[in-house]
Amino acid sequence: MYVGKSVTRVDAYDKVTGRAKYTEDLMKNGTYSAKIKHSTIAHGKVISIDISKASQVEGVIKIITCFDVPKHTFPTAGHPWSLDKDHQDIADRNLLNEHVRYYGDDVAVVIAENDVQATKAINLIEVEYEEYEPVFDPIESMTKGLKPIHDEYPDNIIGHTKNRIGDYENAIKEEGLIKVEGWYETPIVQHSHIENHIVYAYQANGKVVVVASTQIPHIVRRVCGQALGIPWGRVRVIKPYIGGGFGNKQDALYEPLCAYLTTQVGGHPVKLDSDREETFVSSRTRHSQKFHIISYVRKDGTFVARKLELYSNNGGYASHGHSICAKGTNCFHQLYPCENIEADGYTVYTNLPTAGAMRGYGIPQAMFAYESHLDDIAKAIGMNPLELRMKTIMPKGYVDAFSRNENYYDTFREVMKVGRKVIDYDKKIEEYKNQKGNIRRGVGLATFWYNTAVYPISVETSSCRMVLNQDGSIQVQLGETEIGQGGDTAFSQMAADVVGVPIEDVHIVSTQDTDVTPFGLGAYASRQTYVASFSIANTGKILKEKIIERARKILEFAPKNLDLVEGNIIRTTDKRVLATLGELATESLYDKKESEHISAEATYTIRNNAYSFGCSFAEVEIDIALAKVKILRLVNVHDCGKLINPRLAEAQAHGGMSMAVGFALSEELKYGDNGKILNDNLLDYKLSTTMDHPEFEVYFIENPEPTSPYNTKSLGEPPTCSPAPAIRNAILNATGVGVTRLPMNPHVLFPLFKEAGLIENDYEQDMKYDL
Amino acid sequence: MYDIKKIYEAYTTDEAIKLKKEHPDASFIAGGSDVLVKIREGRMAGKELISLQLIDELKGVSLEDDGTLRVGALTSFTHITNDKLVQKYCKTLGEAVDTAGGPQLRNIATIGGNICNAAPSADSAATVMAYDAIIELKGENGIRQVPVRDFYVGYATVDLQDTEVMTAVKIKKESYENYYGHYFKYAMRNAMDIAISSCSANVKFTDDGLVEDVRVAYGVASSVPIRAPKVEKTLRGLKITDNNINVFAKNALDELKPRDSWRASQALRKQILYEITVRCLKEIRKEYQGGLNA
Repeated sequence: MYVGKSVTRVDAYDKVTGRAKYTEDLMKNGTYSAKIKHSTIAHGKVISIDISKASQVEGVIKIITCFDVPKHTFPTAGHPWSLDKDHQDIADRNLLNEHVRYYGDDVAVVIAENDVQATKAINLIEVEYEEYEPVFDPIESMTKGLKPIHDEYPDNIIGHTKNRIGDYENAIKEEGLIKVEGWYETPIVQHSHIENHIVYAYQANGKVVVVASTQIPHIVRRVCGQALGIPWGRVRVIKPYIGGGFGNKQDALYEPLCAYLTTQVGGHPVKLDSDREETFVSSRTRHSQKFHIISYVRKDGTFVARKLELYSNNGGYASHGHSICAKGTNCFHQLYPCENIEADGYTVYTNLPTAGAMRGYGIPQAMFAYESHLDDIAKAIGMNPLELRMKTIMPKGYVDAFSRNENYYDTFREVMKVGRKVIDYDKKIEEYKNQKGNIRRGVGLATFWYNTAVYPISVETSSCRMVLNQDGSIQVQLGETEIGQGGDTAFSQMAADVVGVPIEDVHIVSTQDTDVTPFGLGAYASRQTYVASFSIANTGKILKEKIIERARKILEFAPKNLDLVEGNIIRTTDKRVLATLGELATESLYDKKESEHISAEATYTIRNNAYSFGCSFAEVEIDIALAKVKILRLVNVHDCGKLINPRLAEAQAHGGMSMAVGFALSEELKYGDNGKILNDNLLDYKLSTTMDHPEFEVYFIENPEPTSPYNTKSLGEPPTCSPAPAIRNAILNATGVGVTRLPMNPHVLFPLFKEAGLIENDYEQDMKYDL
Repeated sequence: MYDIKKIYEAYTTDEAIKLKKEHPDASFIAGGSDVLVKIREGRMAGKELISLQLIDELKGVSLEDDGTLRVGALTSFTHITNDKLVQKYCKTLGEAVDTAGGPQLRNIATIGGNICNAAPSADSAATVMAYDAIIELKGENGIRQVPVRDFYVGYATVDLQDTEVMTAVKIKKESYENYYGHYFKYAMRNAMDIAISSCSANVKFTDDGLVEDVRVAYGVASSVPIRAPKVEKTLRGLKITDNNINVFAKNALDELKPRDSWRASQALRKQILYEITVRCLKEIRKEYQGGLNA
């Protein structure tokens, strides 16, 4: 059995030796280079574009402007297509835009023989705009009554979730309640995957072939078809290895535009290779969100009534629309169940870069707000934050009325118990009371709520194909993509177990090609292992039955007495090896009388979802005068069901925690008064480095998930959800300062420390030399 | 793909000077860690370049007869940090350049390039200022020695004339002997970052443990790396007490002009400049006192 063992990644050797091929490795010499002219205003209309000088640049093949492209709009979200028209993604994009909605919007394209020529020409294109007043704040955008960013949404509101439980207004009348109120805010951050977005396209055999760094090849095929107005089957999308995505590539980015460009130059290959600056500004970001929370609690910590207003800044285009904000709004009443809830979540267009999916899908922001607020409540009622959580958090047996997700175990209390012990929480809380001086330490925790897949909001389907080779090895193909997370390895382990072959004999086909690969929706949510497990189990069972049936014919034993174990056909009664699978496969394919290509292919429609919970504990040391936070320890505890591959699981948690450390302490995409992003590079955008991390500590509780054939559930996104509030709460514990906005960098901390009077050696005091 | 018009390769300093004479509009490129970035950003796109990278005579560290430490302009940061002479005589220089970027950058970045690029945040700059170093230049008219404090003439501008190539940075014996030094780089990350502010200090003590001399220099406290000459004089002859360190650091702020920008507020920069001056001097005191007790 391979499931549960730390087998080596199936792609490890190719990746470290450089044999693994990425999009850029596959392009042929002579591929044209396309560069995009981006808008230099945040909101307005293109009046005219002068390409006369740009056209003169040597090597320029063609210039296309927003006036030339098809006029119909298309959606870009990497969601499964909805058969229900009302639930289809918002189609608000053109390939190039006359109405520009953010500083960096796409208004024209130059296709040239090489990058340098294309860039030269881009710089010579002159664009004349009619400018409208831009708006960058979601609340202002909803209320200010400016010219709509999209005419179809006059108040700029993309979506509104309204949750009501009980009677909030009546409940707060109870005497003796303590009211705790706070505003919390998270910044725009960006995925910063190593490989920028890259795509090239050409035409062949009557099709447009798109090779792209994407998480979602089958979805991109559909979106390209919609964008170009051609049948979806006329688009072929190929996804090689990719250098990270983290949700940014769960959107059709420049694939539709690139697909269109090749059709404008006779099908010649054209590439669109975004640079880092474009990736920051013109792909997708994580939503900046503002939260206003009011909690009415009794002195013993019982929650009586709670209110939430959430404003999610979506930028200029809908991308994933309201779904990210909705997720954060919906978890508010689940994490800490309360009888009286009023929650409103708004997703709002603004004139900033477009926000889309990013690891955690709104939950890292929500957890920062909700879990910071929880410590603020604890402080207000004088209760230990861990004790308050133990008392109020979701109990075992809780079932969400909408999703029907069930909390089968007392996961939250179990994970907190582990974290408490590992970090020596109770002792540290005592030790760090009443500190003085410039260096102070603190300990804090935060939990997170998550779920695995997208059911029942969207379809959950997975398809798999297995083919038996002449030597008894098998090919496995799935629509679920390897994006660095280790999916191919987990799939191989599961396939080996269900079929009954050694893992070396499982050849996972990593590249998805929509002409060949079974239909699947790609990599998103934290669902690949979970959803693929159903189709792998299903398909593997069919393949195995076919193999056993073939063995019956040859060996003339009753099928119930035959089994396939580690590549051998055995007689179950005495475990005798009757034949190897290799022998059987060779015989089967070369039999002159009755040859048989043994293969299996099946789809599984998954009609459930699984909660995935955990927590983080952080210990920090603050240098107050330098306004700096050093993380001494960061511990994540997860219940993601049974681990398929413990070593990969731990590595995945490390990656998520690293991302969370940047979110907590240093990352923020900043913009100027005109909406221009100021720090669109990896120097000024402070992605954290390994030198800013402690050794990450990860623990797992393996409560078997009853809905999964391998008892497993999500781990991809969860590790990034709770470290930021845990660090925030540790800072609160150390200094008494409750930070309400991320990142908690010196720019934010210094004024707060100063205001709190914590800076002891203040240069503003009078001083004289001792002579 | 980089937009480079043409590149000329020099193998000796004299060849570089000759090439510069023939192609006055061409720019020098050493390690490339600044020039290539500027070409990519378009600021130096389409230029001719003269490469200095293969001029071996400009690489390495040596001690001249009079005890002057000579660091060739093309010596990489990694080399400087690992160099025994630097570690023995001017260790703060080795420590300062070790804070730049990451290992790959430090393997290609040269001290001459770092000084001539003249960014106020350059990690070598504050420390060569604090060591009162001399910049050696060679051009068609011969060799020039310029004190580093006169070499920075304005934002991102140095006193490099016509055909001149920087050949070395030199630190005289009297500038390093018996001085204790410390460099404090304050950045938002612990690696791969440039300074929000930096401070490099050198202090020499009298036999009685009083301050005999102090030199303090700053990065990102003005448009160029700068010293604080007025306040330097005030600490001489005094004890290096906590209070005196604080007063010194506070008064140093009067000679600095930290900016208010989106990268950091002026209020934060002032706090940092004050605090890192205090910490530099305290580290120096600790090392000095540790040496006495040893």
